[in-house]
Amino acid sequence: MLRDQDRIFTNLYGFHDVGLKGAKSRGDWDGTKELIALGRDRITEEVKNSGLRGRGGAGFSAGMKWSFMPKEPSGRPHYLVVNADEGEPGTCKDREILRHDPHKLVEGCLLAGVGMSAHTAYVYVRGEFFREAEALQRAVDEARDAGLIGKNACKSGWDFEIYVHLGAGAYICGEETALIESLEGKKGQPRLKPPFPANVGLYGCPTTVNNVETIAVVPTIMRRGGDWFGGLGRPKNTGTKLFNISGHVNNPCTVEEEMGIPLKDLIERHAGGVRGGWSNLLAVIPGGASVPLLPRSICGSVRMDFDALQEVKSGLGTAAVMVMDKSTDVVRAIARLSRFYMHESCGQCTPCREGTGWMWRVMERLVAGKARVEEIDLLDEVTRQVEGHTICALGDAAAWPIQGLIRHFRPELERRIREYEASRRRAAA
Amino acid sequence: MSAAPDRFQQPETFAFTKENQERAKSIIAKYPPGRQASAVLPLLDLAQRQHDGWLPRAALEHVANLLEMTQISVYEVATFYTMFNLEPVGRFHVEVCTNLPCWLRGSDEVVGACRKNLGIDVGETTEDGLFTLAEAECQGACVNAPMVKIGDDFYEDLTPEATEKILAELRAGGKPKPGSQIGRKSSEPSGGLTTLTTKPDAKPAGKVKESGGPS
Repeated sequence: MLRDQDRIFTNLYGFHDVGLKGAKSRGDWDGTKELIALGRDRITEEVKNSGLRGRGGAGFSAGMKWSFMPKEPSGRPHYLVVNADEGEPGTCKDREILRHDPHKLVEGCLLAGVGMSAHTAYVYVRGEFFREAEALQRAVDEARDAGLIGKNACKSGWDFEIYVHLGAGAYICGEETALIESLEGKKGQPRLKPPFPANVGLYGCPTTVNNVETIAVVPTIMRRGGDWFGGLGRPKNTGTKLFNISGHVNNPCTVEEEMGIPLKDLIERHAGGVRGGWSNLLAVIPGGASVPLLPRSICGSVRMDFDALQEVKSGLGTAAVMVMDKSTDVVRAIARLSRFYMHESCGQCTPCREGTGWMWRVMERLVAGKARVEEIDLLDEVTRQVEGHTICALGDAAAWPIQGLIRHFRPELERRIREYEASRRRAAA
Repeated sequence: MSAAPDRFQQPETFAFTKENQERAKSIIAKYPPGRQASAVLPLLDLAQRQHDGWLPRAALEHVANLLEMTQISVYEVATFYTMFNLEPVGRFHVEVCTNLPCWLRGSDEVVGACRKNLGIDVGETTEDGLFTLAEAECQGACVNAPMVKIGDDFYEDLTPEATEKILAELRAGGKPKPGSQIGRKSSEPSGGLTTLTTKPDAKPAGKVKESGGPS
């Protein structure tokens, strides 16, 4: 188990002073000037060496992403945009950083800014996190008043400004190009790529969009070294990670653990175990609503990291673990997610706009068994027509939970259909 | 926006108060010159707060003029984002999350408690104009489920009883305490801390570089 001294978010629950003084007492803003002096290449190199993979769901190498920003000055400003549009169902990790450890994010923005030659950061916070945005704004103001950001940040010679921007309720704005559109004052509809944001992003300028947690761990990585971070977890799946454990556990909670911790350990050590004991477990969605669920047979042995979960045809996503015990109507649970994706589809691509509604309607019928067995295959086929045929990953995200349900709970779907059919025959007789 | 005639009165005009004009100016200043359209979400929010929680057409026009945007682009934005209300809402907008993590922990019962206590259905407003009841998608407090957002605050770890208590307090003009309703500080496990039991250290020992960053 991860030692407390290897935890990054030491004020995760807000038991200590959130302000600058408290943050400094926990090691934030220590020697930041010297870290800035390392310069763009060494900062990016260190983050690459740490193995840090993006914490927003896709798991792309953070240092690599930064290195896509143009090397030669083009006269266009570079932007860092922090994605705090946390909306993936099950996910509430960035919320804790924003309201309890905001200085880690503020300092991280500054160092990441140096790492990608950006003098401006926008933090896009979901509109519902009004209180969290207030807490972040307080930290930004404190840092500016103390000369840590702003002109000549930390007396380093580097100018750096951070602006907090509130969204207004649209899940799709968590997609990086939709977020950029929204930040420009438009509907949040994803852009076609290429061009990628690193070349043409916010206001047509080079832009990197990173998740809150990705940026907030950077100062600690720089202080303790990429080797320290890279020594935690497993190869290619390094470091610590915030996990949200919700649903049918005894003590739902957020916790920072080592990457690769076995799912069962995570649930039993930190969340007080499954309600009614491990044998009462039905299934777990391990990484936010978009990833396929896992039946109990897999949950007992799988590790919580990008590669281990991909091997079992699911994903780490945002590391939001939703636990369902045997009292759960698993078909209704997935149907609820289908309704969510229908509601949140931006309507730009036809397969998603039409497909999410179609899939939800079939899912609703399957809840009651009002379908033919062949329709299970048809539904599976339609999910594959949507998957990979849209501009952004929302179409995939709508498809995968249903694919997971069919893969692991097909007998349950067929049972409901047979039962409904039998009850209809009885009624007719 | 539907083509049907409004079921309510649209005010003829809307303008920011002097105080909000100043706020609008400082919001616009966050974005580069010529990129003032970036301020459309925060300004619509500001207008909505000024106008009892909803955006009349006149407010959309006012914001469009202020930001030198076409009216249709502001309408596009106002209709795309769910937090903008284009019809009047109650003083307390009660938004119960019914997405999966909340549903697993009893959001159906929380919705039921609201309907019973308020005497209205989802999508309706009480006759006294105090409460509007809505179902919401995930609001990002999943380990504190079930939850409801009322105005700017989250009320978490709800039971039907706790929900009714909050509504009663609001009705009586009180200020119910936001956050966990079972006494949790935030998202720590309620059975006792499993991590962060030691005092945070400014320079944690072990595998840490001495100073001046990585070698």
